[in-house]
Amino acid sequence: MSLIVAENIQKYYQVGEIRVTALKGVSFEIEPSSFVSFVGPSGSGKTTLLNLIGCLDKPTDGKLTVADTDVLHLDRKQSASFRGSNIGFIFQDFNLIPVLTVYENIEYPLLMVQSVPASERNKRVNTLLDAVGMTDQKDKYPDQISGGQKQRVAVARALVTNPKLVLADEPTANLDHKTAYMVIDLMKKMRDEFNTTFLFSTHDQKIVGEAEIIFTLEDGELKGKDVTGGKGNG
Amino acid sequence: MGNLFKIAIRNLLRYKRRTMLTASLITVGVVFVLVFISVSGSFKNMMIGQITDSMLGHMQVHRKGYVASIENLPLTLNLKPEEITRLEDVLNSQSGVEAYSPRIKFGGGFSNFAETTNIRLNGVFPEKEFRTVPLLYSRFISGEKDIKKGEIIVPELLAKGMNVSIGDMVVVVATNKDGSVNGKQFKVGGILQSAVGPGGRDGYIHIEDAREILRMDEPEISEVAVRLKDFGSLNRFNGKLMGLLSKDMNSQGKPVFEVHTWETLSPFYNIARMIDVMTFFIKLMLIAIVLISIMNVMIMAVYERIREIGTIAAIGTLPGKILSMFVIEGFCLGIAGAVIGNIVGVSIIIILNLLKITFNFGQQTGLLLVAKITPSDLLFISITVIIVSVIASLQPAFKASRMEPIEALRHV
Repeated sequence: MSLIVAENIQKYYQVGEIRVTALKGVSFEIEPSSFVSFVGPSGSGKTTLLNLIGCLDKPTDGKLTVADTDVLHLDRKQSASFRGSNIGFIFQDFNLIPVLTVYENIEYPLLMVQSVPASERNKRVNTLLDAVGMTDQKDKYPDQISGGQKQRVAVARALVTNPKLVLADEPTANLDHKTAYMVIDLMKKMRDEFNTTFLFSTHDQKIVGEAEIIFTLEDGELKGKDVTGGKGNG
Repeated sequence: MGNLFKIAIRNLLRYKRRTMLTASLITVGVVFVLVFISVSGSFKNMMIGQITDSMLGHMQVHRKGYVASIENLPLTLNLKPEEITRLEDVLNSQSGVEAYSPRIKFGGGFSNFAETTNIRLNGVFPEKEFRTVPLLYSRFISGEKDIKKGEIIVPELLAKGMNVSIGDMVVVVATNKDGSVNGKQFKVGGILQSAVGPGGRDGYIHIEDAREILRMDEPEISEVAVRLKDFGSLNRFNGKLMGLLSKDMNSQGKPVFEVHTWETLSPFYNIARMIDVMTFFIKLMLIAIVLISIMNVMIMAVYERIREIGTIAAIGTLPGKILSMFVIEGFCLGIAGAVIGNIVGVSIIIILNLLKITFNFGQQTGLLLVAKITPSDLLFISITVIIVSVIASLQPAFKASRMEPIEALRHV
């Protein structure tokens, strides 16, 4: 059964008196444990689509089911709970909480969103710290680590709640090429280890090749789907 | 909850200078209020103490209608022996009464054989009077600190004006209620420092001498001054005594007695009220300081952390928890300001007391300022500051909790 089912998704924004079309009837399905990339130029609708899948926004029309839930009809609080239980986020700018250490940033969703007991929290955070290779940096604050390390922490934070889906909007945009590959490799490794579905957007053609399924978006329309198996071209 | 506090405190420490400035502002406000309350409260209590303990008593009982004509000291409105007995029975039965003093008050002429002036006199039982108004002792500038038969205690200004001193013989002439004039020779037994308030420049004689001058056939009195064991119970006891005495009616079916606290007998009650009003407005200023400073800092905190709010909202933090985070920040700021303010305020009060500052009140000089602050005052100020801090944080916190994560994440 598909993890994500999108049927004729449309999204319009009203900017003053002008109606901007961000998505024009996008339909697709994504299976669990996939490693999927949405590619396309700026303004093609990648971020809008990820925001809709991540329940951060609602489509103007269409049907969207994520993890067997019709996300269109969730209210504000239900959306927050749904995100907390099912979705992990990785941001382009890392978005770590500056007043929390690496350990505390990873722990945050377990503590503040899911109220997981301390022993379980400790176990899960340490497992992920180890998995992303940040154990020796766990007591540092975000401003004391590099961009690549921040994104590794962000990956760990996204995975710590054992979500069904991780959404990453341009996760490598602020990283150098080498670090970008490391982060993508890490995400793949995490997918293999935790069977989590990863969806990421990018316009970096070399990174794109790392995805197993590539959806191409152009002017708010889905132009193609390539199943590459993630062999990469970089 | 502990984690919310941890995050709140770290966020406050993130902008150390701003947090310190805000906490300092609250601290200054708290210190100002505490010092004002302690000093003004001390002055007010001293003023009330001087008025009640040196002359007026905590409350007074008169024949109905006496107070309306009190400036004339009307002898026709004296209490009769049976009424005095009834009143004494009631007062003796009340455990809250520490002492009471029957007085005959009248006006007369005071002569040193060379010149004559007016004088207001109190005829009292010395022992009862000293128990009822214990500061009367301290008002004796010279003399034996007693009111003996045949002796008169003369107010300071009158003694100076009439050039009389201890041991001098003087004559007091008075008209009784029937209109006949009588005189009596007295030895000056003491000189009294003037006190502020009604009766503060009266002279004293023994009550039996007063009866003799006024040629009373029966032992009448003008008033009974009452001292309570607990001054704080004044209004409660006043109501009780009024209730007990209201049953006593005269032949016309009207009440015999009227009961007044010092508040209705002394104009200084208005000054005490003014001090209370000023204290109230100072507290309002503190509330305004806390409200504006906390709201300002929290609005800035929310504005600066919009992306962070978007992030935590995106990863599933419920709006209520986001609201709590910011409210707790305001709460912590309030606590910091209140605690530091209390410590600094109490320290200043201690220093003021160590400096032994003196001031004058009316004719009385060198009164020692005893600045006092009660634990309940500290608690009230602290709770007010903390509650206002939380209220001031609510609007920015609510705004943060209602932010759409997608818009917050887009914020630059």
